[in-house]
Amino acid sequence: MTETAPQTWLILGATSSMARALARKLAEQGAQLLLAGRDMDDLAATAADCRLRGAPLAEAVAFDARDPGTFQPILDRMSALDGTPNAAVFVGSMPPQEEIDTDPSLIDGTVADSFTGPARLLHGLAPLLEERGAGTIVGVSSVAGDRGRVGNYCYGAAKAGFTTYMSGLRNRLGRSGAHAITVKPGFVDTAMTWGLEGMFLVAPPDAVADSILKAVARKKNVIYTPFFWRYIMMIIRAVPEPIFRKMSI
Amino acid sequence: MTWKQTDYSGWGRYYTASGQLARPERASALARIAAETPCPAIGQRRSYADSCLNSDGRAIDTARLDRFIGFDAEAGLLEVESGVRLSDIVTHFAPKGWLPSVLPGTGFATVGGAIGMDVHGKNHHHLGSFGQHVESLTLATPDGPREINAADPLFSATIGGMGQTGPIASAKLRMLPVKGDVMMVTERRIEGLDSYFTHLDESQATYTVGWIDATAKGDALGRGILEEGETGPGLVPPAKRGKRVPFNAPHFALSGPIVRRFNAAYYRRIPLRGRTVVKPLEDYFFPLDKIHDWNRLYGKRGFHQFQCVVPLAEREILRDMLSRVSGAGLASPLAVLKRMGPGRGGMMSFPMEGYTLAIDFPARDEAAWMIRSLIAMATEAQGRVYLAKDAFAAPEQMDAMYPERAAWAGIVNALDPEQSYATDMIRRLSLRSQA
Repeated sequence: MTETAPQTWLILGATSSMARALARKLAEQGAQLLLAGRDMDDLAATAADCRLRGAPLAEAVAFDARDPGTFQPILDRMSALDGTPNAAVFVGSMPPQEEIDTDPSLIDGTVADSFTGPARLLHGLAPLLEERGAGTIVGVSSVAGDRGRVGNYCYGAAKAGFTTYMSGLRNRLGRSGAHAITVKPGFVDTAMTWGLEGMFLVAPPDAVADSILKAVARKKNVIYTPFFWRYIMMIIRAVPEPIFRKMSI
Repeated sequence: MTWKQTDYSGWGRYYTASGQLARPERASALARIAAETPCPAIGQRRSYADSCLNSDGRAIDTARLDRFIGFDAEAGLLEVESGVRLSDIVTHFAPKGWLPSVLPGTGFATVGGAIGMDVHGKNHHHLGSFGQHVESLTLATPDGPREINAADPLFSATIGGMGQTGPIASAKLRMLPVKGDVMMVTERRIEGLDSYFTHLDESQATYTVGWIDATAKGDALGRGILEEGETGPGLVPPAKRGKRVPFNAPHFALSGPIVRRFNAAYYRRIPLRGRTVVKPLEDYFFPLDKIHDWNRLYGKRGFHQFQCVVPLAEREILRDMLSRVSGAGLASPLAVLKRMGPGRGGMMSFPMEGYTLAIDFPARDEAAWMIRSLIAMATEAQGRVYLAKDAFAAPEQMDAMYPERAAWAGIVNALDPEQSYATDMIRRLSLRSQA
């Protein structure tokens, strides 16, 4: 028997609290980490933290979903690292719907951050997983993509696109022994939701990270986290359109 | 959003506050808030009363500033963000042979809070207080980060300074090399207070602390269990994951008859001739952390902890305190006695050479009267109460207890003339007045 191949994880959007929670747990398991995002100072701090928590390698790399020029160096670094390549995508942006209503050009950035940017990078990464015949891509989408609502349907539409992309990617990667998981968190206690009104059943980022790791170990396809959001969204999707269009939830 | 309107309280849940909290996740966010809205920083709110509250004002919650920044194994120096919890350091560094030099009774306390309260632990008689092992720290001032060390006069105003020199962004801690990550604990019954004093005075152990049955009277007054601990190598099952207290207990859960029986059973659990057991470090240092939210056991009215220290020569006052407490039938399951060394890190630090006594009380009117009389007794005996726990001291008692208070107020008022960093406790005890 050879030793288990090292796991390498690329974390896109590693400055978010959910990503930080996942990175730390992976560090404790001894994974190699590439932490990608825009705030290089913050990424460097998380990288140092992860090394002290057990990661044999943790590096900060520049990633901007709206700047495809940042993608190739990340892909090159991933191919240079041995072991099983994995990725987790936490990027996305949700400008308030009122701001989008007055400035529709904001839609472009929302779609780039939440869908096309990460999708284009993952498309570059998929061949590496296929070549090595292993690895998991975790795409964090959102329950907002399950049905368009008046409060955030541009963000929801971008996430719906990403959800569909993840579904197709799973279909593709399964042929080579690699895998893709779609994660749909409900409300999570992050800087994005801090102080927002109307939050309920808010989950800590640690709990989301735990459920992602469980899903990876069990090769799940689509998870809601916390789990009960599957049922909440089942109900929301089941509301007939004539009624739904009058609701504001 | 930066600010969240919320109700919050300290660990004792007696005082509450309503105000706005920010919870920055990045150092840059902390720096921005510190510049735009100077206000006190709070950690996990494990102080008992109102030192972590700012009613109708703003405060910075450091819970998400919780990263290890760097470790220099040659020098034993660990740099961390201020919201790192002490248990997190123990979990990750004890297996590598290092512990924080000083650990208080809860691992939920943050590094920032441990500095602001200059906490002490079971090894105070050897190593002094937490702040004495801080190599340097960085304050998030309105003008940007400012690193200070013992050479700066602001340092001793910050150690034990209850956050009044501004939010702490990060700190470098001098760690303690340890032989292993398990604790060998020798527990023995102590039959009364005189025997307790003798044992505490003679104890050579690295870690020493005593539990007292505060319901015992007469000849048994001051009986309890002395615990002496040494770190060592070994293999024990890792500390179990904690259980939660899911709801507020009814007020009679900790009533007199129940607590008296509990305490007697707890005392007799140790064999007559004592015993030595091996425990995971976390179980030894943070025995109550295994029960999350144990403060709910005291019901929704909350509870108080009285803690004082009196000079060695004044120790007989502790006998009067204990007989007053047991005589009143105000049941307390948790009372702790320890001998302290002289070590203290700052101008407002609690420790002094002597004996420290801590007693929990359910929050009732009788408890408030009792605690006020105990505070008066401690003042009389040239002792002081621990501000991390105090709920009932009076402003006029402060200068006798904390002789450097006025000088300290001068330093922090010069730094923060608007009193932006003041908390409910600072106002209640007029700690920053310069009359």
